[in-house]
Parts: sequence; C-alpha cells; structure tokens
Amino acid sequence: MRNRFDQQLETLHQELMAMGAMCQEAIAAAAAALLDREPAMAEIAITREVEIDRQEREIESLCMALLLRQQPVARDLRAVSSALKMIGDMERIGDQAADIAEISRHLGSGCPLPGQIHIRDMAQAAARMVDGSVEAFIKKDLQAAQDVIQYDDVVDELFLRVKEELTELIRRDAAGAGEALDLLMAAKYLERIGDHAVNLAERVAYSITGKVRAQSAPGESAYDLLC
Amino acid sequence: MAEQAILSARDLDFFYGAAQALRHITLDIPAGRVTALIGPSGCGKSTFLRTINRMNDLVPGTRMAGSLTFQGQEIYAPGLDVTALRRRVGMVFQKPNPFPMSIYDNVAYGPRTHGERRRARLDELVETSLRAAAIWEEVRDRLKKSALGLSGGQQQRLCIARALAVEPEVLLMDEATSALDPISTARIEDLIGSLKERYTIVMVTHNMQQALRVSDRTAFFLSGELVEFSPTERLFSMPRDQRTEDYITGRFG
Repeated sequence: MRNRFDQQLETLHQELMAMGAMCQEAIAAAAAALLDREPAMAEIAITREVEIDRQEREIESLCMALLLRQQPVARDLRAVSSALKMIGDMERIGDQAADIAEISRHLGSGCPLPGQIHIRDMAQAAARMVDGSVEAFIKKDLQAAQDVIQYDDVVDELFLRVKEELTELIRRDAAGAGEALDLLMAAKYLERIGDHAVNLAERVAYSITGKVRAQSAPGESAYDLLC
Repeated sequence: MAEQAILSARDLDFFYGAAQALRHITLDIPAGRVTALIGPSGCGKSTFLRTINRMNDLVPGTRMAGSLTFQGQEIYAPGLDVTALRRRVGMVFQKPNPFPMSIYDNVAYGPRTHGERRRARLDELVETSLRAAAIWEEVRDRLKKSALGLSGGQQQRLCIARALAVEPEVLLMDEATSALDPISTARIEDLIGSLKERYTIVMVTHNMQQALRVSDRTAFFLSGELVEFSPTERLFSMPRDQRTEDYITGRFG
C-alpha cells in the first residue's frame, strides 16, 4: 500500500548512512593529519567536508520531496524531521574535522607530542559516537541512542586529560607552547564533535519516542515536541 | 478556558438490524471546536455523525443503546422533537443538494419551515447566513436566480448558508468537500475556521490532511469502535494507539 513511500524512506536511510560514513572518514583523516603529520590526510578531510556539504543539500531536498509528496504523519513525520535536524549537526561535524585538518597544516613536521595519544582516542571516540547515532536511527534503537549520549562523558574526560597533558608539556618546554595550543584547539573541536553526536542521538530518540530532552535543565523530564 | 462538552456519548451502541455499527462509543465533543471523525469506510464514523441529529431514524430497523446527549438532553429520548433537534443540529452533505428554487428561497426555506413569515427578518437571515458562508458577495445580485446555476463549490457554500439560516448550535459535515475542487475546498476550510467561533462543528472526512488543517480534535474509528480521540496535532504526531498509527501512516490492512 505504501511501497513507494517505504522505498523513499529507505533511500533516506542509505543517504544518511553515507553521510555518517563521510563524517567518520573526515574525523579519522583529520586526526591522522594532525597526529601523524600526513598532509595528504588533511586534503582528504577537507575534500570530505565539501562532500558532506553537498550530501546535506541532497538529503535536505530528499526530505523536502518526502514532506511535499507524502505528507508523512506520526513516526514517519518524526523520522523526516529528525533527518533534517541531523544533517545540520553532521554538516557541523564535517566543518570541525576540516578545522582540525587546517590546524595540522600549521604544525611543523617535528617529532610527535606526548599529548597526541589521547587526542587519537578522542577522535576514535567521537567517530564512534557519530556511527552509533546513525545506526541507532536506521535500526530505530532507542538504547543505542542513549548509549551514544552516555558515551559523550568518555570524550569529555579525554578532553580534560588532553588538556592536563598539554599543560604539563608547556610547563616542561615553553618552546612547544604554540604547538600545544594548536593541539588544544583540535581537541576542543573533537569535544564539540562529540556534542554534535549527542544532538544526533537525541534526534534519534525523538524520532522513536516523540519526546525531546529538555536542554536547559538536565534533571527535567522529557517533553513532547508537539502539542 | 476549559472546554465544555456540548455532545456526550456514553457507551453508545448502534445497530442496523442485526449488524452492530457502533460499539460502546464514549466521547465528549467540545463546544466551539472543530472535531474531525476519521477511519476507513464502514468504521462507523458516518453512523456516529448521523446519530447526532437522528438522521439514521430514516433507515428502518435501527436501534441504539447507551446514552447520547446534546446540552445534557438525551437525543434518543422518547417523544423528543426531532425537527427541533435538527434545527439546532444542522447538517451539510457530501454532495451539494440545493433545492430547485431561487438562492434566496433556499436559504429562507428553513426559517419559513420553522414559522418565520416576516419579510424583513427573512431578508436579514438570508443575508447574514450567506455572509457567514462566505458567498454573499458572489450571489447578492442574483438572489432570485435558481440555485442550480451556481458552481459546485458555490452550491456547497449555499447549503452551508441554508444550514446556518435556522441558527443552529452544531453543524455536522459529512465529507462536505469531497466533491469539490481544491479552491472551493480551501474556501470551505477557511469558512469552517471562521464558523467555529459561533458553532460547534463535527466533520467526517476521508482526507486526513483536511482533518489536520481544520480540526482541533480528531476521533479515529475502526470497526465500530472509537480507538482514539485526541487533540489533532497529538493524534497525527504521536498517536497513542498502534492501530491509529497504522491507519494514518497507511500501514493498515
């Protein structure tokens, strides 16, 4: 009865998965550019960012066509509205990966820094959150979405650890302070990527339950977006 | 402002002979609001609409049980004046059905039936009703012309004017725009929005987007049962019942 609609929703899922994969690649490439000093990786991250922007427009027009032609209601409407919000966060993730790649270009080709190990962990954790959110959306898995939201604590803790490591580095060798600050900015971008992934996961939860978490008051109970 | 129920059904059953068309319907229709009744063909939504002004009385072998009240009065009370009920509860049908007479006489028909003979009063009722139905400007210069010369959309607005002329409290609309083009439909939907300030409107529609556009509350019927009755945005965004979800998203059946 609604084969065509289901096909279009399936296409939307595939395109979102593709966008999620682009984000992960961008994060991994940016981290490699930063930590392994590989300029080719910076190029990949920046190219991915352009592709991510294009993919955002592609998915947006797919959602617009779905809204216009199918006039979805209930969970279908929530899925499309969530997709529209999610691509905005993924677009920001792409930007931040590109920002990290830009930082890597400023860094000299000197020897690797001690703080780098936990920046790599941060990059892996952030990419994992993006992947987890998109997969939760496609599988309509509320628990997986909540796991992503929880996992942001890991990224936040890693960020604090990186900060301490870089502080210690500056204390020992003031000459490396400029580079340490660049790395701190990169770490902050990764921390922000984690926050965007939390937004993704919250949208997934909304598409499943119809409820969104109150942003201003963490202890507050969830509220309905409509009515 | 608290919503006051103008119509209340309690455990309402309705039968056509042996066939049960409504099963234990319990709902309160708020005054001054638009309530949409949706559901697949044969679900009981039109039967429910027609119990409200006892249009089903015309079908032989019908029987009801339970309670259905209008302003606290039992609609199916023995000895109830059905003509008086239908003056207070007007109805507009799927197909425009103007009488083969002038535009003026169509609108004046109801008030005349109810005994109004004063020419000035009739003139006033005709004009206010045609204005309320958003058709006055189009017909003011041809009131004595046959109503059958109007377009379908104009005829339907004329029928709404005719229903309003007896100053009802409730207006029942049974798929009142399903035979109209999109522009006429939009006009009538606008009209419904302006009428609800003064009337309670209960409408049956197969067009879910129309229910979304114009109604405050939506009732979903299935197999003679009321599955869900919620504020319209709630019903179409987060239905409580899986059967509602399946129906409105087209997964039903």
